Amino acid sequence: MKPKKKSEFAKYPAGDKTVLIIGYVILGLFIAAIIFPVVYIILASFIDPITLQNKGLTFDFSKWTLTAYERVLGNSQIWIGFKNALIYSVLFTILSVVVTLLAAYPMSRTDFKGRGFFNTIYVITMFFGGGLIPTYLLISNLHMLDTIWAILLPGAFSVWNMIIARTYYMGIPRDLQEAAEIDGANEMVYFFKILLPVCTPIIATIAMWQFVGMWNSYFDAMIYLNSASKQPLQLVLRSILVQNQPEPGMVSDMQSTAERAQLAELLKYATIIISSLPLMIMYPFFQKYFDNGIMAGAVKG
Amino acid sequence: MKNASSPSIEKSGGGSKIHNTLVYVRQHWQLYVIFMLPAFLLTVIFRYLPMGGIMIAFTEYNPIRGFFASEWVGLDNFKRFLSSPDFMRYLVNTLKLSVFGLLWGFPAPILLAFLLNRILSTKTKQNLQLILYMPNFISVIVLCGIVRILLSPTGMINSLLGTGTNFMTMPEAFRTIYIASGIWQGAGWASIIYTAALSNASKELKEAAVIDGANIIQQIKAVEWPAIKDTVLIQFIMSVGNIMSVGFEKAYALQTDLNLNTSEIISTYVYKKGLLDGDYGFSTAVGLFNTVINVILLISMNALVKKMNEGKGI
Repeated sequence: MKPKKKSEFAKYPAGDKTVLIIGYVILGLFIAAIIFPVVYIILASFIDPITLQNKGLTFDFSKWTLTAYERVLGNSQIWIGFKNALIYSVLFTILSVVVTLLAAYPMSRTDFKGRGFFNTIYVITMFFGGGLIPTYLLISNLHMLDTIWAILLPGAFSVWNMIIARTYYMGIPRDLQEAAEIDGANEMVYFFKILLPVCTPIIATIAMWQFVGMWNSYFDAMIYLNSASKQPLQLVLRSILVQNQPEPGMVSDMQSTAERAQLAELLKYATIIISSLPLMIMYPFFQKYFDNGIMAGAVKG
Repeated sequence: MKNASSPSIEKSGGGSKIHNTLVYVRQHWQLYVIFMLPAFLLTVIFRYLPMGGIMIAFTEYNPIRGFFASEWVGLDNFKRFLSSPDFMRYLVNTLKLSVFGLLWGFPAPILLAFLLNRILSTKTKQNLQLILYMPNFISVIVLCGIVRILLSPTGMINSLLGTGTNFMTMPEAFRTIYIASGIWQGAGWASIIYTAALSNASKELKEAAVIDGANIIQQIKAVEWPAIKDTVLIQFIMSVGNIMSVGFEKAYALQTDLNLNTSEIISTYVYKKGLLDGDYGFSTAVGLFNTVINVILLISMNALVKKMNEGKGI
């Protein structure tokens, strides 16, 4: 690969070479800024807490330890968080994708009566809302506080995704629908048997967004859920990483406050690695849907 | 996308318009009941009912007595907020965070797209993109956790510099941390849209420019910039329209007791006043104030786009 690259590069005149090299350096710095902290955190998560605090990274392997991982993985609250996050994300994705794809279908038909009305109703909500307190009071009045419904329902219909799906439907040749109508197929048959199967790329894209979005969010869970048994992963992470309060049991066997603080710091490194692992493993599989989603959004513009 | 021909019902003629509509709805009841109803109900319940709740902003709301038994105070809550010395600080904090965020954050993905476009091998380019997009999938909490441990007195930055500064407690460091971590996380992902626009740049035009002896800077000026100009403009206008909606989640997760001077923004203030202090009416008023400014910005930006885009709004 190297000689080939060199010959391509050699074609450029001298002035361009300078520009290219400056460009590559900037890009290289940006890439390094992403990789370097990640590598640092991975390495640091294995180092003995006292050494980490006093000396930082070390390659003296006698100072390496798995204690952080044992303590984080041995804590039940982390697992409860993972379990809840998985339940909320899967259910939310299914609910949201179904509602959004269904609504996008009538909106994609130019003959649909009431299209303008529904469009106005939905688009307004993209710009204007009741705000935090009125929404909170509504959830409270509906007796949905501290239930899964407060997490699943309010955001289930995404106007933005509906627009993306609608744009995609409208790009499907109309002949398909006309053929279906001649065969006497009704809306349902056309939608499920003919339209949806050719829309899998956009469905996968929307599903991926909703899943990642729910997995990564913490605000709704923070304000609506109180029980420790219902907390999703991000809230557990928040107490460890942001509030500096490791779960009880993670550090409580340490004698001195100083030791506890050092250990709490080390636990953060391991927590970051453990919590990011699932999405990072799935990440390469998402890749082929990246361009899809962005382009669908751009078309609308 | 534009060729969807409409088998229009209106042509059938005869009868009144209402009659035609009723016939249509009866024939296509599934469109309304099965396809549209779930989304419509969710929207009415979770988006429109809270809008009615905005009236709370004009009361001394008491959650036990409920809305109708709460005292009506008119614009008192707004006056209280606008005349408080904190108001200016929170507004300025919000604006500075988003304006500086836009100034630094907006050009970054465009620069990245230009750079990626110049990578000679497709394979290398794809691998670099995979790395550049990755931070986008990290959650706000984990991002803030990373920032906090890297910047802690014993963290990576301090051990590289050989110092022991606690950046998270410095009010003057907050905005830099917020904006830089935002670019770290989002610039790669945001560059996709520009990379796509660049790949649509006419190949022939570029080859012609190369044959004419145009250097890279000239090629960018003559071929590549024109190809992404419209995208840049639309993205910019949309960002300006969103200037007042700085995300709550990240600002709140980067706050410490000591950096509140710069890190307290309107959305975090609304949360603390409302849900932590229980001052519902006041908090709703502050939130409404923020929303109204945002809507005004969006409407004027949309009008601007329409003007430049020959009547097509967002």
